Amino acid sequence: MINYLGGMWLAAKNWSPAIFTALALILIWEFVVWILDIQRWLLPPPTIIFQELIDSIGLLTRHAGITLLEIIMGFSVSLMIGVALASGIVWSRTMERSIYPIIIASQTIPIFTLAPLLIIWVGTDIFSKVIIVVLFTFFPLVVSLVTGLRSVDSESVDMFRTLGATNAQIFRKLMIPTALPNFFAGMKVAAVVSVIGAVIGEWVGASAGLGWLMKLSGPQFQTARVFAAILVLSVVAITLFSVVVAIEKWFLRKYPSILSQAKNLGE
Amino acid sequence: MPVSTVDKDALLTVSGVGFDYENIPVLDNVDLSLNRGEFVALVGPSGCGKSTLLNLISGLSSPRKGTISANGIFESSARLGNVSYMQQRDLLLSWRTIAENCQLGMELRSISDDVSKTRVQELAKSFGLYDVLDHMPWQLSGGMRQRAALMRTILLENDVLLLDEPFGALDAITRNVLQKWLLSVLVRNDKAVLLVTHDVEEAILLADRVMIMASEPGRIIAEVDVRLAESSIESSFTSPEFVELRKDILELLERQEVSL
Repeated sequence: MINYLGGMWLAAKNWSPAIFTALALILIWEFVVWILDIQRWLLPPPTIIFQELIDSIGLLTRHAGITLLEIIMGFSVSLMIGVALASGIVWSRTMERSIYPIIIASQTIPIFTLAPLLIIWVGTDIFSKVIIVVLFTFFPLVVSLVTGLRSVDSESVDMFRTLGATNAQIFRKLMIPTALPNFFAGMKVAAVVSVIGAVIGEWVGASAGLGWLMKLSGPQFQTARVFAAILVLSVVAITLFSVVVAIEKWFLRKYPSILSQAKNLGE
Repeated sequence: MPVSTVDKDALLTVSGVGFDYENIPVLDNVDLSLNRGEFVALVGPSGCGKSTLLNLISGLSSPRKGTISANGIFESSARLGNVSYMQQRDLLLSWRTIAENCQLGMELRSISDDVSKTRVQELAKSFGLYDVLDHMPWQLSGGMRQRAALMRTILLENDVLLLDEPFGALDAITRNVLQKWLLSVLVRNDKAVLLVTHDVEEAILLADRVMIMASEPGRIIAEVDVRLAESSIESSFTSPEFVELRKDILELLERQEVSL
């Protein structure tokens, strides 16, 4: 219990400067809008945005649900493609030479510009958004996994071979565990960009979702609603990130942390 | 001091073995033979191909010429898993406990978890690791980590055991303690042990025979019988017998350095 409270206190101490700064900025925003008498359609004060959030919570959550569905579907497909591609690249020299350069070169194309083409080819339903999320997220996943799988040192592979391990056993029991920390770093990046991907897809062509709601509310000067949607989007992004962090913590619970290694060096 | 002849009944035989790396000869015409219960040390200058020879015996690579037989297995790939090989670094997996690390070899052979756990626990007592089986590798000292690595290697219960500078990275005091401990823990009559080291004292203390290697290309140039009397092991480094053997071996090593 004391430990738990200590942890809470430490977390509060770590986070308090950021929370304090954010609160101060919100207060300044509120006062500036009132003092300068800025029009609400131009820049609504935080209190009005908060009011809008409460009034339209049903609408916002409904559209957030659709955006979240696109993200989860896209992320899952991306995970499958990413793992398959990365494994292929690490195992086969031919695949590495033929596919990896193309994957890297493909990232020089702004994915945003592909969105209108996808809408033409796939339509405005959920699948075009899922594909855009895949395009945004598979790159950090593939690169992090390839880097992780390649970080296995040859001596450890030799050790496995002298213990009589098959290639499949080396992959499962040595390469995958070695790659996990890198892979989760890529997962965290992918979680954040997946939200951007879904919103961009909805801007270009959709009939639902938070991106679509923002696009619709802007020209109607429902600026408070746009801000409320942004707020909900950041909550979605933070939640996704936290979920990945929680999964990472569970998977890497036995891995030596930087703290534990430092402690060992200090002995 | 004749170079050993190949014995037909030997547990490990290396005959006429040559190996090249990128067209540079690393080993040339290496012969050696170990019977059951024998402990042989290979000493030689850095880069003389000692570790390469262990890689060939373990089956990690194949010789360009000559034959190797360990426990009657001639084919390199078939020796993998049938020759126990402890490399220089402990190579413990950081995400596994000491017990799980030691179980690795048995796990790869699909031996049931219960059986392998029991075997690890049984052996851990004599290895002084019983109380740390649940620890993670980073929580252990260098000496304990090496012992854990040796335990992982020995648990495969192969007849041929290869040790590549097992205590090379440890401080002098820990190394000496572990050398004496190794003598007590190995069931000598059971295995053929080949130790690679550049520590002459370690070779004399642990082995029955010391093979001296020369480099460019790596080959065996001499063999010294170093079986010490029990009393000499106790007083180890200061006994006259030990000092004499060390002098002989160092002279042999120095002579080939001069000739290079």
